[in-house]
Parts: sequence; structure tokens; C-alpha cells
Amino acid sequence: MSASLALTPPLDRPLAERIAARFAADRRWGWGEILFWVAAVGAPLALPRAALLFNEIAILALFALSLDLILGFAGIVSLGHAAFLGVGAYTAGLFALHVWDDPLAGLFAGVVAAGVLGFLASFLILRGTDLTRLMVTLGVAQLLFELANTFSDVTGGADGLQGVAMGPVLGLFRFDIRGHVACGYSLAVLFALFVIARRIAKSPFGLSLRAIRDNRLRASATGVDANRRIVVVYTISAAFAGAAGALMAQTSQFVSLDVLDFHRSADLMLALIVGGPGWLYGGLIGAIVFKLLQEALASVTPQYWQFWIGLLLVLFVLGGRERLDLALKSLRGRFAAPRGRG
Amino acid sequence: MLTILFDGVAYGMLLFVLASGLAVTLGLMNFVNLAHGAFAMAGGYTTVILMQRYGAPFLATLPLAFLVPAALGAVLERVLYRPMYEKSPLDQVLFSIGLVFMSVAGVDYFMGSQQQLVRLPEALQGRFDLAGVGIGKYRAFVIALCGLIALALQATLVGTRFGSRLRAAVDDPRVARGLGVDVGLIFSATFAVGSGLAGLGGALGAEMLGLDPNFPLKFMIYFLIVVTVGGASNIAGPFLAALLIGVVDVAGKYYAPQFGAFIIYGLMIAVLLLRPNGLFARAR
Amino acid sequence: MAPALETVRLVKAFGGIVATNDVSLRIEKGARHALIGPNGAGKTTLINQLTGVLKPSSGAIRLEGRDITATPPEARVRLGMSRTFQINQLFRSMTPAEMLMLVLCEQKGLGQRLFRRLDADGAMLREVAELAERFRLDDVVDREIATLAYGKQRQLEIAAAFASRPRVLLLDEPAAGVPEAERQDLLRTVAELPAEVSVVLIEHDMDLVFRFATRITVLVNGAVICDGDPAAVAGDPGVRAAYLGESLDA
Repeated sequence: MSASLALTPPLDRPLAERIAARFAADRRWGWGEILFWVAAVGAPLALPRAALLFNEIAILALFALSLDLILGFAGIVSLGHAAFLGVGAYTAGLFALHVWDDPLAGLFAGVVAAGVLGFLASFLILRGTDLTRLMVTLGVAQLLFELANTFSDVTGGADGLQGVAMGPVLGLFRFDIRGHVACGYSLAVLFALFVIARRIAKSPFGLSLRAIRDNRLRASATGVDANRRIVVVYTISAAFAGAAGALMAQTSQFVSLDVLDFHRSADLMLALIVGGPGWLYGGLIGAIVFKLLQEALASVTPQYWQFWIGLLLVLFVLGGRERLDLALKSLRGRFAAPRGRG
Repeated sequence: MLTILFDGVAYGMLLFVLASGLAVTLGLMNFVNLAHGAFAMAGGYTTVILMQRYGAPFLATLPLAFLVPAALGAVLERVLYRPMYEKSPLDQVLFSIGLVFMSVAGVDYFMGSQQQLVRLPEALQGRFDLAGVGIGKYRAFVIALCGLIALALQATLVGTRFGSRLRAAVDDPRVARGLGVDVGLIFSATFAVGSGLAGLGGALGAEMLGLDPNFPLKFMIYFLIVVTVGGASNIAGPFLAALLIGVVDVAGKYYAPQFGAFIIYGLMIAVLLLRPNGLFARAR
Repeated sequence: MAPALETVRLVKAFGGIVATNDVSLRIEKGARHALIGPNGAGKTTLINQLTGVLKPSSGAIRLEGRDITATPPEARVRLGMSRTFQINQLFRSMTPAEMLMLVLCEQKGLGQRLFRRLDADGAMLREVAELAERFRLDDVVDREIATLAYGKQRQLEIAAAFASRPRVLLLDEPAAGVPEAERQDLLRTVAELPAEVSVVLIEHDMDLVFRFATRITVLVNGAVICDGDPAAVAGDPGVRAAYLGESLDA
């Protein structure tokens, strides 16, 4: 863990250098991280027939990353993150249909729309208890669901937004039916946003978020304006979720009302919890595990796989979470991944 | 217009009975039980099964619609919920979501996913006229029954020894234990009663709200709104909140059908913005 | 010359209980001012009001002449007031280096920067190192705070408060819970604080109080019963009465 670094001869080098070296080492990409991304890019190349699945995994991973920013780093429990997924999806879909079918432009539109909503919604979660926060996040998501349902002439209502034909990515790569371009596109966006999230996590801002999560009282005694920071991270988180939604709309060329459904937020929580919140890779790994699990279960019991998900959730929480967390802790240390506890 | 008010009150009273158990669980154990709706669903399906498979009359099924979920609640509380009390809110939320998923899928498997229809007894069908206002007989019955339940709950809480022990346990479990109050038993008993009431509400509501395997998910937010807006520290708070929500929801859906569905959510957000601890909650 | 910190007729009531009873306190610049009193006298409540964690029921608080009664805690830190807590309040998942760097960043207004590297500024890194050395944390500076010995955590508690370059530093029972072996280090640390910083010390450890303080205020049941230099306070009959049953030498 951290022991390996502290064993370098302590008294030879001036303390400032040691501290600087440690910060730099934390910042650097560890072997595990590089391996992870090589595998992430390699897998769809090695198994092109599973491109569509990899695409879904990348999208869920981005969605989980967005939740990790607020749950793992700032400690905010949200049951309505699907709201931002939905806003991103519908915005990107409608943008492609009515304005311009360029994917990156639509992505940008989705990100901005979700970010704005996130900014507005952030003021609702600042006050109150964990329960009211839960309620508010749930309420906002339900509200949007009803909105999308009501204004069905715009959103397609229960039938969904159909025929979202996309132009080629960067003007070069047409979306193909096998999903190769989609997969590559989603992975690229995921990686780009991950790099941003990672940078933020290791910045003074990220440190202050961990402070807010670890000890709110001490954070304010250190001069951290918690409310302001939370607004910022919530907005960023919403923007990331919006990006995931936009990718969803663009790669499947379709947006259904289901994107705002409660089970999206619930499944997301499960995915993040499996990997462990607070270290950015937890959401990614959890997304992989969750999607693979879903595929496996759905092929066995297509209608009732939710039962098994529920059972897993119950068992996991009852018995496993702390133990898994502890087991993963040493893993995290060796990978020199961003450190923040869940 | 008065009919709307009347319907809204009926809906609100029903919501109260459904959500009262959740309010107590939250106030008592500080546990966010999102699976509360599953017990309501259990009561509803108990009634349906008894009526459809055994030909039992509607009113006769109601006591069992209370008892079956109550028993289920008592067992689950001991076995599953107890270990969860100490865990973080996140864990509790995930746990109850897991239970919801299991119950929804389970009921879907055994009972199918279609809406269950409950045939009301002849005596409760139709309407009668009271001072020019059309009053549905069933809704009147619901109001009466739920009103009685609310009064009974209040009387129990305030007038009986169990009630005072319960209030002591809510105020300060450690002190209550020190005074010899068996807090564990109180938790179990209240959880069971709360689940039973939810079940009764589910059975009563089958005709008004519909009953299908998605019931817990569909109505979860309504129960939560009642509890958040009304607070969890007494009976009056959730009661008034439920009435408010019932009336606003029904009126909204009637007068502004386009926006009816999300007037409730808007109301909730507005309330939480202004009073983060609920409209009627005591400052803790 | 405005005092470094003062309260004007400060009152705090919780329902029927008056925790702070008409307290007018004056902390001079460069003070070594101790606040003592029996348990339950309301010392921590007073500190909580001074730092903004609690809102007073009435009265005013002034920092270097400026009224801060309504200022939120985070802003008070930026205005130059800082505190330690009676029970360590640290960021347990961080290392001392990270925690100190955080304080420095906040102090310089860099806490909102999203993309800045933590090791970007050599001067700040040197400052973290200096703080670590001054507060005897140099050997544990990269270890997780949760794993540190209590005495070290306590040193960090003070270091973090000091790192924000406060002009007024409030120490809430810094020696509390510190084992005998590590106490000397702590006492030395407190004694070596720079002269320009005005220090308010709440303590039960009378050894520390009489060695450190040039001025003592005695609080009993939320009210000030004596305020003066150590000799005067030690000799005051009211103070002796209040401490009846408790020895004056820790």
C-alpha cells in the first residue's frame, strides 16, 4: 500500500521533496490503470461481435462515474440520477432530429442541458437530511418522467423518440449496424471524461470534496464553503450523466421513456456499490460486472432477472459490502488509483 | 367540485393508512424502508387471492389483508431488518430497493403482470346523493374506515401504555431501554402493525388505485412524500400531509389533466425547499 | 487599538438552559489567554459561537474590530480566525501532507480549482514541509491519518489550525487525551507559537495553563467570575470555591 513509498530513505532527501514526490506519484498513472485501459480498448478489438455489449458497458460506466463524483467523493445519496441521463438522451436525440445530426454537437448539447438541470437541482439537495435528499432526487426524476410522458408530441411519449439518425462522428466514421463505431465513440468519450474526472479528483477541489465527505465540521473550519463545492460537483456530475444519456441516444438512435425510469437509478447504485464508490474505477468495474451479470441472468430468466438482481443487492448489503470493501482496499493501493474512501 | 374534494379526501385517507407504517418505521428506527409498498401489495393480493380462489366476500378478506402482511412484517423484521438498523442510510436504501425488486418480480411470477380487479360487494357499489353532492358509496366507506383507523392510532399512541412506551422509544431509545422498555419488542410490534396497515390499505386501494406487481414502485414516491412532508414524529403530520396530497393530486388531475401528474412533485419540491424537515415536523 | 477578538454581552440559551450568560471577553493582540472553568461551564459552547458553529441568542462578536456575529464559519477562517477541536476532527482518509496542503490551498483561495495539481507550487510544498517539521509530523507525513498515534493526531489538529496563518487561534483542550509520553511535545508546540498570533486556550490541565497563559478568564455556569493575570486568578476565593473538589494542579 502506501508502505512501499514511505520506505524510500527518509532522512536523505529534504522533506519538501519527499512530499512533492508523493503527490506526484499519486498523480501518475499506475500500472494497473494503464492495464485497465489497454484491456478496455483491446476487448472490443478482440471480440468485435460483442461490440454492442461493450458499447452498453461504456455508457453505463460513464453513468456510474458520474454518480461516483457525488456519492463517492461528496457523500450525497441520490436516487434520481436517471434524471440527468434522460435529459442528456432526449436533448441529444431532439438535437439530432431538429437541429444538426453531428454526434459531437449533440453530445455537447446533451452535456450542457443536463449540466444546467444539475445546477438548478443542486440547490434542492443542499439542505435537509439524507432522507429529504433522497426524496428530492427521486422527485426530480419522477417529475421529468411525467414531463416526458406528457409532452409526447415532442418526446414520442411511451413509444419513444424514434428515427434519431446520426451523422458520422467527426465527419468520418459512420455509425455501422454492428456497433463498432458506436463502441469506439463511447469508449473515447468515456476515456476523455474519465481523464477530466481523474484530474479533478486529484486537484485541491477534489481534496476539498473528500474533506466535506470525511468531516463536514472540520471542512468548514478549514474555510471550505461546502455548499458552493457541492453545487459545482453536482453540476459536473449531472453533465457527465448527460453525456452518458447522449451517447445512449446517439448509439441506439432511439430514446425511450425508460431512460428516466427509477430502475435506471437503482441499477446504477448497484453497479457503483459493487465496485466501491470513491476511487473512480469502482463505477467502471461495477458497470462491467453489472452488465455481464445482466446478460448472463437475462439469458437464463429473461422476465424475472430483476428478482436475482434484488436478491444480490440484499445479500450484498447484508453480508458482503464491508468485507469486499476491505478486500478491494489493498487492490486500490497497489494500483495507485485515486485515493478516496467509499 | 365537492365531489372532487370528497374523492381527494378518500384518496388522502387511503394514502395515510398506507403510509402510516412507513412514518412510524422512519420515526422510530430511522430506517428508510422503500419496500413498504411491498407489504401493501401483499395485502392487496391476499384479498384478490381469497376472493378469486376461495370466493370469499370482500369485507371478510380485509382482516386477513391486515394480518398476512403483519405476520410477514414481523418475521422479516426479526430476520432481515434487524441487522440493517446499524448500517448507513445508503445500505438501508439499497437493501430495501433489493427487497422491492424481489417482491415485484416474485409477484409477477406467481400472479402475472395484469391489473387485478376487485369486485366490490353490492352494498358498496354506486353512489348516493347528499345535499346535491354525488358521493361514491365505496369512497365513503373508505373515508369512514380510514378515519376510524387514524383515530384508533392516535388513541393508542396517546392513551395506552404501549403508546407511551412507543413514544419513549422514539424520543430516546437508550433512555427508554434503561427504563425497562423492551425496545426490540416495540420495534417488532410497530413494524408488524405498520405492515399490516399497509396491507389493509393495499386491499382497500385495489379498486381505487389499481393493483399490479409494480404497485410498490408506482406508489413508493407517494408514501415517501407523505412522510417527508408530514414528518414522522406524530400522527397528525402525516395525516394532514396525506389529505393535502390526496386532494391536490385528484384536483390537479381533474382540472389540469396535462399537468396533474406532476403537480404533486412540484408541491413536494416546493415544500422541501422551504421546510427541509417537512411541513409539520417538530424541530429535532 | 481594537482587541484581536472580543465578545460583547454574549448570551446563548438552549430553551431554558443558559449556556453563555452575558459574557464580555477581550482577547488582546498577541495574547496568551486561557479560558478555564469546571466541566459544563460552557467553554466549548463559547468557542463554538466564536467560530460560528453556533449562533448566539444575543450579543456581538468582533474580530479585530470587525463584527462577525453573522459571518459563517468558513468566512471567519478566511478573516484570520482558526480553531482546534476538543476531540480530533481530522480527515481520516487523507495523509497529513494532504490535509495541510488542503488548508494552504483554501487559505490562498485555490480550493475551487478543478484542474490544478497538488504539487504545482514549490513554495507551498516547502510550507507543508515546514509545518510538518514544526509540529513534529515529519516522520508520519505520508501515512493515513487514521493510522496515526493519538498524540500525533493531536499535533496535526493544531498544525492544521495553524496552517491557515490565523491571527487568532482558539485551542480547545489541546492536551485532552494525550498520553503522558507525548504531552511534552505538545506543550512545547503550544509554547513555540509565534508571538503575533493571539492564542486562546481552553484547558483543564492547570500545569499547561499556568505555564502558558499571561491572562486567564474563569467561566462558571456560563458566566465570567474572574478575569485577570494568573496570580490574581490563583488567589481569587471565588475561583477556589468553584474548583472545590478539583485540585488546581492537574
